Amino acid sequence: MPPAPRVTSPAEPGFWRSPLRGPWLTSVLGVVLLVGVPVLFVTGLLSYAAYNPDLSPRNDKTPDKGLLGFYLFDWPTDPHWLYRLNQGLHVTLGITLVPVLLAKLWSVIPKLFALPPARSVGHALERVSLLLLVGGALFEFVTGVLNVQLEYLFPGSFYPLHFYGAWVFFGAFAAHVVLRLPQVVRVLREEGWRERLRDPRPEPVDAGGLVAPRPAEPTVSRRGALGMVGAGSALLFVTTAGQNFDGPLRRTALFAPHGGGDPGSGPNGFQINKTAAKVGIERQDTGELWQLIVSGPRGRGDVRLSRSDLLRLPQHGAALPIACVEGWSTSDQLWHGVRLRDLAALAGFDEDPPGVLVESLQRRGAFRRAALRDNQVRDPRSLLALRVNGADLSPDHGYPARIIVPAAPGVLNTKWVSRLTFGEL
Amino acid sequence: MTGFTHRFRRWYGEGPLQPLVLLGSFALAGYAGVRLLEGDWLLIAVWFVGAALVHDLLFVPAYALADRALRAAGGRRSRGEQNREEWSRGEWSREEWSRGGWVNFARVPAFLSGLLLLVWFPLVAGGVERYESVTGLPAGAFLDRWLTVTALLFAGSALCRVLQTRRRARKQRPPAVH
Repeated sequence: MPPAPRVTSPAEPGFWRSPLRGPWLTSVLGVVLLVGVPVLFVTGLLSYAAYNPDLSPRNDKTPDKGLLGFYLFDWPTDPHWLYRLNQGLHVTLGITLVPVLLAKLWSVIPKLFALPPARSVGHALERVSLLLLVGGALFEFVTGVLNVQLEYLFPGSFYPLHFYGAWVFFGAFAAHVVLRLPQVVRVLREEGWRERLRDPRPEPVDAGGLVAPRPAEPTVSRRGALGMVGAGSALLFVTTAGQNFDGPLRRTALFAPHGGGDPGSGPNGFQINKTAAKVGIERQDTGELWQLIVSGPRGRGDVRLSRSDLLRLPQHGAALPIACVEGWSTSDQLWHGVRLRDLAALAGFDEDPPGVLVESLQRRGAFRRAALRDNQVRDPRSLLALRVNGADLSPDHGYPARIIVPAAPGVLNTKWVSRLTFGEL
Repeated sequence: MTGFTHRFRRWYGEGPLQPLVLLGSFALAGYAGVRLLEGDWLLIAVWFVGAALVHDLLFVPAYALADRALRAAGGRRSRGEQNREEWSRGEWSREEWSRGGWVNFARVPAFLSGLLLLVWFPLVAGGVERYESVTGLPAGAFLDRWLTVTALLFAGSALCRVLQTRRRARKQRPPAVH
């Protein structure tokens, strides 16, 4: 048999030689993403709801969301690990799915170069949709992966880019699922999950043009290739997930931004979101002269409290984590301080306290003013914390006083608090 | 109705469900898209489309070429058309499958190490200036960890290869006759 002619154009089916490509492989990878991407989308939407964006413009980085905020609800305070779980899942799963996404894109790459660019009007529209799908997927993964590493290279604020980008991506994703799921079901039913995985032969040539008509000799089996993708996911998972736990587990998170170890030791040794130095907190701001101003609407009941005044008020304890939007968290820390509802009483709200606007001394930071909802103020575990794990707060953890609220995202647990305004958000 | 569907399909190229689904998706993309593009719209659009282009036209060819170079260096020569047809018929033995030599023993650790580098590139390359001052954690640790994990992956893979070769050599030795 004469050797096949050499093909140099990627538009020719014969250009693609991998014996692995085929509808079965693409379907299997697609099913993994079919489960994973909706989890990412829902946990992402929940994370936005957790900020209580409809409570105050201070909490909302996407105020022109319009209908895209249709699902917003009052973020609860129970269970107290809710945000920690949600965000740990969102970020850890996203990182774990990177190799699956890359493998999925690799498996369909011949279609990108197929000519003619559009066989019909319908095909042209579908290709536009695929650009939104692939561009959207990569845009979401890239902005997310960069943001958790504090590398803000993307063009603008992370919140609107990642939020609106998610809607563009998910719209294209949903359309892709509706149009392709029947094919996936058919392929997996006909070829079988296990049968095809164990079968070393190439997939039968398909109409979609994924199977190489002139495959090279395989250097790895289908099982081996999927195993390699799975190993990549497993490796990313075990070197990331630990950043959600204190102690030895954090040491296993070798590459996660808040993995490896803690910034310090002792009662204040746990993870820091932003250090005092970074946000412009000076020693004299938090010294003897520091006072907390507690007020109601229009300055009603303006009360000034020094740290020793606060320590003379009834002290309560709460075991709560710090959970960051970046997908890292601490285990529960034991906080002590004054209940927010007791401070609301000082501002004249003896019963059913309203929400509160919290202001920080920090000079920089998008959430140096942020609002808490009434259910958060009323929870007996919501504190203006003065001490943690039996010691005074350290400067990096918000000395002289910080907010701690169950199930709230880290940025709403304002540090270096200077003013609490109840009932005026 | 079937007559309409038939005519529609001939003109449009797809069934009537496809345009409905796509238009719904485009409507959502448009609604979110105008909000996404608020600000530096050109740069944001470049990021969005560029992500797909850079991946498809730069990353995929780059790792495909790297893999081809690895296979070439691995020296696995094709045994010709007949061998490939035997594979197509599912007639390859276990030995035939592992005839790839050491290629996979280099490919797997390279893939895993490259994946870690791809995902954590800013931290590993030490490019995140604010990292230490924001978190109070040492930024230099990531490069050391990546180099260590990479070395362990390759070392572990090499060990597997040595064990495999030995096992095979032992199998091929004729059994001792007593």
